[in-house]
Amino acid sequence: MKNVNVVIAGLGGQGVIKASDILADAAFRAGFDVKKSELHGMSQRGGSVSSDVRFGAGILSPMVPEGEADALVALDKDQVAVNRHMLRPGVAPLDPDSLGGAKLPDRKSLNVAMLGLLSAGLEDLPESAWLEALDAAFSGGAAAANREAFRTGRSIGEAIKEKA
Amino acid sequence: MEPDTERILLSGDEAVALAARSAGVALGAGYPGTPSTEILEAFSALGGRAEWAPNEKAALEVAIGAAFAGARAIATMKHVGLNVAADPLFTAAYTGVKGGLAVVTADDPGMASSQNEQDNRHYARAAGVPMLEPADSQEAHDFTLAALEISERWGIPVLLRMTTRVCHSKTVVRPRAASGPAMQPHFERDIRGLVMVPAYARPAHRRLRKKLAEIAAWNETSGMNVILPGDASRGIIASGISAMHAREADPGARMLKLGCTHPLPMNAIRDFAASVRRCTVIEEGDPWLAGEIRAAGMTVEAKPEEYRFGELTVNRVRRILRGEPDSAAALPRGNPPQLCPGCPHRVVFETLGRLRCIVAGDIGCYTLGALPPFEAMDTCVCMGASITVGLGMRKVLPAAEAARVVSVTGDSTFMHSGIPGLLEMVYNPPETGHVALILDNGTTAMTGLQEHPGTGRSLAGEPAAAVLPERLAEAMGIERVFVADPVADAAGFERLLRESLDCRKPSVIVVRRPCLLSARKLKAAARRAEEGARSR
Ligand SMILES: Cc1ncc(C[n+]2csc(CCOP(=O)(O)OP(=O)(O)O)c2C)c(N)n1
Ligand code: SF4
Repeated sequence: MKNVNVVIAGLGGQGVIKASDILADAAFRAGFDVKKSELHGMSQRGGSVSSDVRFGAGILSPMVPEGEADALVALDKDQVAVNRHMLRPGVAPLDPDSLGGAKLPDRKSLNVAMLGLLSAGLEDLPESAWLEALDAAFSGGAAAANREAFRTGRSIGEAIKEKA
Repeated sequence: MEPDTERILLSGDEAVALAARSAGVALGAGYPGTPSTEILEAFSALGGRAEWAPNEKAALEVAIGAAFAGARAIATMKHVGLNVAADPLFTAAYTGVKGGLAVVTADDPGMASSQNEQDNRHYARAAGVPMLEPADSQEAHDFTLAALEISERWGIPVLLRMTTRVCHSKTVVRPRAASGPAMQPHFERDIRGLVMVPAYARPAHRRLRKKLAEIAAWNETSGMNVILPGDASRGIIASGISAMHAREADPGARMLKLGCTHPLPMNAIRDFAASVRRCTVIEEGDPWLAGEIRAAGMTVEAKPEEYRFGELTVNRVRRILRGEPDSAAALPRGNPPQLCPGCPHRVVFETLGRLRCIVAGDIGCYTLGALPPFEAMDTCVCMGASITVGLGMRKVLPAAEAARVVSVTGDSTFMHSGIPGLLEMVYNPPETGHVALILDNGTTAMTGLQEHPGTGRSLAGEPAAAVLPERLAEAMGIERVFVADPVADAAGFERLLRESLDCRKPSVIVVRRPCLLSARKLKAAARRAEEGARSR
């Protein structure tokens, strides 16, 4: 299998880092070498945030090189333009519109719904690894809501894949 | 599936903390600063004894004291923090230490969250201390153990030089055991070794140079520096994260990957350079490594000047290796950070803007007062510079202009290095007086809500003494000391500021209103504690 590069982007406070943590953990649980990198540190809200996750047999640089991302997940539509240069030519970005207005259990779980959408296209990551990573990331009521958000996103992703 | 205990996914910062814990480090001291902050937070979460010192100098000195007493210690800080702690570092290199002492400097090439992109590799050479440069979390873990070993073997503080992409990237770690147990702390009197008066410091300097010569000889075959196989037509010398980018940019090249970069293994480098047709040094920041190698009489290629600026990436390394100019294509910019909606700092900068003040600022969330929509901060140099820079301006400006100067600092910054500024204001007051605002939001917000000596809580969240800035100012003999809440009474705050500007006396206004995120975090913690108590 060749290495997989994912960029997740959004605004501070949207859960970009939480989402990339879950993706990295899922890949880690599936036994891959994983590197994940982002710039963070400021508490304030609203600034652009993006996080790179790479997994495969052996990863060197923790940052996705420009033009080599296999997927771009934007939690905010405006962040697509800022990060489009990261994508491999011909790959379409995923943004909240890709969910087609599906109802989420909770607005806060948009990041996880987008992971569900992404997961349908990442065939090397078994669903069980995703679910374990989700269980490790949330507890209590949030766990159930996020599982549901993930399932919602994933089934939309599968439907899109079938059509294609 | 149970997580594999032999394999964990950790950030570089967490990996340092884990290694420090398993090496029996008795004390971790530091001051928050991106990207180093999470080291002590993780060390504390693992059960280690960790503290936020008021500033980096205090942190390093506390760690030096622990190491003098035979304990293992770490001091953590961001790159600019080492400027503050440079004084103790340079002379602790002379005294040496008994217990292992690792000084972690987290550099920020590209300035993701810093006021400059200084390259702290210069400090290793300037102070004469060994330096290790991890390239990922595994090495952050292993090199922390190695730093403590080298430190104890030669009795010398060791610099662990990290960078943002090593600190904040998560990579897979297989933990290893520390090579030996920590000693039992005990103080052995050694006046000639530990009291640096000139008569004792002169031989201490010679001892330091002798230790460094020994470490240089050891480093030739230390195992910290490895040759990665590849085509002899292209040789690359690199360290830290640059080695990762370079290996990806040209996987077929032969590479000398340096882990211990001070004192450099010059013979090993010479042999490597002789084994390849072309030898390029790939490094982020200043051309430090290339300069050292060239000074030793070798011919190597270095990156062009334009690559001194910003972070390296795989793409940039490819361009360096191909001899191409840095890509001029401007990449789209994301949204800049902003003060949170409802942040108490907002009212302060709206008011300062309305009163057309000249604002000597400082570093924290409130530095965003310099950006639109406020544009109400005129200077920001380094932590603690607001009160002093404002005083300097007041002393030379024409009276009408001088009377508009206001200094603005945050509470954590005030504790860090703002207090001497108040002393300067009392001792050498400008003719027009001065106005210092201390924005006390009850936290170190900028770096992610850390405690400090004014918050009443320790790093671990335990109750601690709380130093009030207004009490300090009063104790210094400042007559005009006020506490104001700009959110509860914006008009009252504006009136107080006007009066203070008009009265031409040194004035301190403590602007007290909690940071919104901090208040939310404290409320959540209280709720958890209450639920815990109820379920018990
Ligand atoms: C010498 C030094 N150490 C650490 C930092 C990192 N840093 C930047 S601002 C800041 C403190 C901010 O806290 P505070 O003054 O209370 O302002 P707030 O962010 O809460 O508004 C820190 C620790 C730095 N820039 N320089
Ligand atoms: S984190 Fe706190 S201090 Fe910083 S901008 Fe937000 S509310 Fe203001």
